[in-house]
Amino acid sequence: MMAIQGHLSLLLVVVPLIMAPIVAILPRARLAWFVALLVAVVCALLAGIQLWNIVNGGAISYELGGWAPPWGIEYRIDAVNAFVALIVAGITALTLPYALLSVEKEIPKQQIPFFYALFLLCLCGLLGITQTGDIFNVFVFLEISALASYGLISLGRHRQALTSAYQYLIMGTIGATFFLIGVGLIYSQTGTLNFADLAERLPAVFEHKTVHTGFAFIVIGVALKLALFPLHLWLPNAYTYAPTVVTIFLAATATKVAVYLMLRILFTIFPDNFVVNTPIFDLFIILGIAGILIASLYAIYQMDIKRLLAYSSVAQIGYMALGIGLASTAGVMATLLHLFNHALMKGALFMAVGAIIYRLGSCRMDNINGLGRVMPWTFGAVIIGGLSLVGIPGTAGFVSKWYLILAALEQQAWISVAVILVGSLLAVVYVGKIIEALYFKAALEANKSIKEAPLLLLLPTWTLALANIYFGLNTELTVGVATSAAQLLIGTIE
Amino acid sequence: MDFILGHYNYWVVILLMMVGFYIVISRGNLIKKIVGLNIFQASVFILYISLSTVENGTIPIFKEGFEVYSNPLPHVLILTAIVVGVATTALGLALVVRIKEAYGTIEEDEIHEQDHSL
Repeated sequence: MMAIQGHLSLLLVVVPLIMAPIVAILPRARLAWFVALLVAVVCALLAGIQLWNIVNGGAISYELGGWAPPWGIEYRIDAVNAFVALIVAGITALTLPYALLSVEKEIPKQQIPFFYALFLLCLCGLLGITQTGDIFNVFVFLEISALASYGLISLGRHRQALTSAYQYLIMGTIGATFFLIGVGLIYSQTGTLNFADLAERLPAVFEHKTVHTGFAFIVIGVALKLALFPLHLWLPNAYTYAPTVVTIFLAATATKVAVYLMLRILFTIFPDNFVVNTPIFDLFIILGIAGILIASLYAIYQMDIKRLLAYSSVAQIGYMALGIGLASTAGVMATLLHLFNHALMKGALFMAVGAIIYRLGSCRMDNINGLGRVMPWTFGAVIIGGLSLVGIPGTAGFVSKWYLILAALEQQAWISVAVILVGSLLAVVYVGKIIEALYFKAALEANKSIKEAPLLLLLPTWTLALANIYFGLNTELTVGVATSAAQLLIGTIE
Repeated sequence: MDFILGHYNYWVVILLMMVGFYIVISRGNLIKKIVGLNIFQASVFILYISLSTVENGTIPIFKEGFEVYSNPLPHVLILTAIVVGVATTALGLALVVRIKEAYGTIEEDEIHEQDHSL
């Protein structure tokens, strides 16, 4: 047991990486699913133990292959990474039980083992980003997860899935290449790639234009990955046409990891007021505000529920950008909190939408009229997730918006406060649109014979829906972890 | 003049970067886009490699007569980045093949037209 304890952080990355090719050659679809599920559960357990260790024992530094940093690659895990890693692994472990039926319905049988192999590779990349303390290693993991997700998206049923994946590939590669340029420029000034080492050596060269240029390249590269408005153009198509399981997975994890990476770059790698002296934080506030308002408005006019939720995701990323832009402990804490809560609510909502697609074959607004009465459990989850998205007290969404508003009030940022409230009102409109169609419109004749979704789809959906309520009422755990993580990050600039 | 000649590797990098980026943005042909992406990435490879080259430097060999070394680390990094680039290109081209099968064309505007005429 002790032997494993020491290697937890590496195992989180290596287990899915090694299992991915094994899953690919498994002969049966269900067997591949089972192994993937096993891997996800193991990763979630490892991530849980890791967070527990760190909360009780402080940050961990793991030297890859025994090479001491900064020469070797270091995995450095503190409360921030451990928290994000647990979100990623936990959501994956919840998504996979759901995946069995949904994937069988949406993907040809002979492709299913490859689907799960890609899924695990994507998980490996995302967990890798959260674990590593080496900026070039981040690039590698970024590309592992991105390449896997292009493949996953292209497996969607409609041919638009192919063009969406292609569009994402082009934009994602531009983003990653920008990141690479930035890393190169910064390396040329400091001669190091290790996060902690960079933080130590960068202050000496802060005046250099090269560092500023590198910083700009890195920020834009990561902003493309996290779909910060207006760099979000790949997201709505990718989420709409990807297989449902992929949408759940990406919505709940991929953008979250990119947000984490952004926080690391802004607060850990560039310490001592470098970032404060650039217009980056103002830019985040402006883009956050624009994202919340414009993406929410777009969401209202969507006829496809998946697309509606995708635009809503862009808006939610706006809230996170706003929290980062406030550049205070409270703001970053709200961002981290929203990261977690948004994973819960979008997870629940996309799962419920997946259940509609499972029964109905589509999720267009005009097809779902009156379905609320024949699929009460599925739409119970939609309502809870929707209320959480709006931010009704008693749900997780309320908690993060509450702290975000507190953070904005602290700085008397009245416009931000107003935008957060308006954004919630817009969410009322688009969530209301779904609920209206489900319950208040006359049921379509064809929909009357539709049955409730199978239990295997409902259980994970309701687990997440109930988690929305649980973390809305019991905030001790999430707020505690988010606060200590935010203090760690912001400690460098205050 | 020194500024221009002394930094000629950077001028090459900037030129390639802009050419590649422009092709990605301006071309509607899906394969040309990938070609542009490749040029764009190649410029970054050259940036890394030329950054770490030391005049008259050799590869790091621990032997008498070899005293000036080029930094090998960026070269190794770029080896990784090249692999990533190859994987991206392969995946991109595979997608183009599938798109051609599904739409019968690889021109962006024609694909767009087909999707919206439905």
